[in-house]
Amino acid sequence: MFIIGELINGMYKNVQEAIKNKDKKAIQEIAIAQTKAGSSALDVNCGPASANPKDTMKWLVEAIQEVVDTPLCLDSTRPDVIEAGLSIAKNKTVINSAYADQEKLDTLVPMALKYNSALIGLAMSKKGVPQDKLQRLELAVQIITYCQDNGFPVNNLYLDPIVLPVNVAQSQGQEVLETIREFKILSDPAPKTVVGLSNVSQGTNQRSLINRTFLVMAQGCGLDSAILDPLDNDLMDALIAAELILNKQIYCDSFLNAYRK
Amino acid sequence: MPLEALKEKWSNTVDIISIGATKAEGGSRDRAVKVGGQTGLPYLFEESDIPNKPVVAFEISDIEPLDWPNTLKEPYGKTLKDPVEWAVKCEKEFKAELIAIRLAGTHPDNGNKSDTDAVKLIKDILSAVKIPLIILGSNDETKDNLILPQCAEAAKGERCLIGDAVQKNYKTLAAACLAYGHNIIAESPIDINIAKQLNILISEMGMPSNRTVINPTVGALGYGLEYAYSIMERARIAALGGDKMLSQPFICFVGQEAWRTKEAKASITEFPDWGKELERGILWEALTANAFLQAGADIILMRHPKAIEIVKKNIDELMQPITSNQ
Repeated sequence: MFIIGELINGMYKNVQEAIKNKDKKAIQEIAIAQTKAGSSALDVNCGPASANPKDTMKWLVEAIQEVVDTPLCLDSTRPDVIEAGLSIAKNKTVINSAYADQEKLDTLVPMALKYNSALIGLAMSKKGVPQDKLQRLELAVQIITYCQDNGFPVNNLYLDPIVLPVNVAQSQGQEVLETIREFKILSDPAPKTVVGLSNVSQGTNQRSLINRTFLVMAQGCGLDSAILDPLDNDLMDALIAAELILNKQIYCDSFLNAYRK
Repeated sequence: MPLEALKEKWSNTVDIISIGATKAEGGSRDRAVKVGGQTGLPYLFEESDIPNKPVVAFEISDIEPLDWPNTLKEPYGKTLKDPVEWAVKCEKEFKAELIAIRLAGTHPDNGNKSDTDAVKLIKDILSAVKIPLIILGSNDETKDNLILPQCAEAAKGERCLIGDAVQKNYKTLAAACLAYGHNIIAESPIDINIAKQLNILISEMGMPSNRTVINPTVGALGYGLEYAYSIMERARIAALGGDKMLSQPFICFVGQEAWRTKEAKASITEFPDWGKELERGILWEALTANAFLQAGADIILMRHPKAIEIVKKNIDELMQPITSNQ
């Protein structure tokens, strides 16, 4: 499982404070903790409050790179902010993310090619969030076709079916799970799949339980990657156990430790 | 339209283990033997690098082996009674690259040689030959825990490969190998889960993963070869896919398994239809070894010089990358 640690996000108070005070050490501690917990990549998002997001993105990337070699997932709605991060990133990168709209793809696919970056494609458009599996698949096909026509390798594309909070869109859970399975048969080589996990439990009072239950179900549907909180131990344990059941890891008595090594 | 070959690209590589330290590295060996480093499945040169070829180690013993058939004793003659001369013969006459001394005579039921005897022998062999050394205990837990740390100390700086550590008894040996700069053999009973677990336990003692070799335990042709083969294959695929706790090179104890079989040992008078026992025994050992090369073996312990010759020739042929037709 390609685990993208979600904790470096200006949406969180501690990160927002660190950005405001230029407290590099605070950011670096979060980067190290997430990497140690088993993250394959770290999401980097300046948050909505940043006055100068391009500079903030660069500052964050530089701070993180000083202490870990973990790939970075550069997260912004603004392509120029993403590019600010890409231009100085030393390790592998993931662009987070492109909608299935022509103008977004026109900017971000060439950018991913230029910087040899992976790309997250969202199964949504400016018209809004899809309501069922078929709408999601239609948007995914648009992204895949665009990538194929423009020489972007589809196995470097992560399709996100858009996970919605279970307390407001309960009927969407099943749709998303089925979508994950069907994304994988849209092309050969198959695209990868990713979810922004924490969204499923937004506003509920049992966040960790709902997160890990949904994650395991999505893993059963063939999920390749998730943006999640790697410091949630119960969540990580469930993820690792699911990998065992799916025969993706070889069992040994210390399998939880082995996975985190 | 030409058909494009599908090539597998893996995310992890096999660890590189270095056995033997030269003068420059603080030892006294002529050269070090390196194994491992593959970036793909065995001998698929089209899609992977194989920086180091597999090596054969000559297996010798501190006492004259009682269970060896005459066909196996014959090439070594009277040196069987003197392990130092035996080692020299392997190096000089048979051009051995690596030698494995089994301290069988230290076993309480097999002569019960003392720790002083064992330490002296290791020192004598190290000064008589210049090739790297593998040191093996007698498989008596208590005796091995007494003797192997002292041998490790006596061979300090020579970067030997010492074994075997098992899940129930690994701490003493791992500590000694760590303290005196040696590599360690981690043995599991044809069980991939235990192989992985033991590697974790050893690594948790501070042993770097590039100083451990996996002994997956093998069976000879006709005696479980396929089962061992499939375990090695599965472990190697997991290693290349990213499992760092299975990404160490393999050592296969082929000689002891092959020469234990009736097919290798029985005389022609007993089974006239089976042909001459000499050829039969050599082929049994060579075929078993060749099969494990295909499963990914990096170090093979063998006994008969002729069988070793056949296997070395096979290794040389396997290591010639096939040039593509295109």
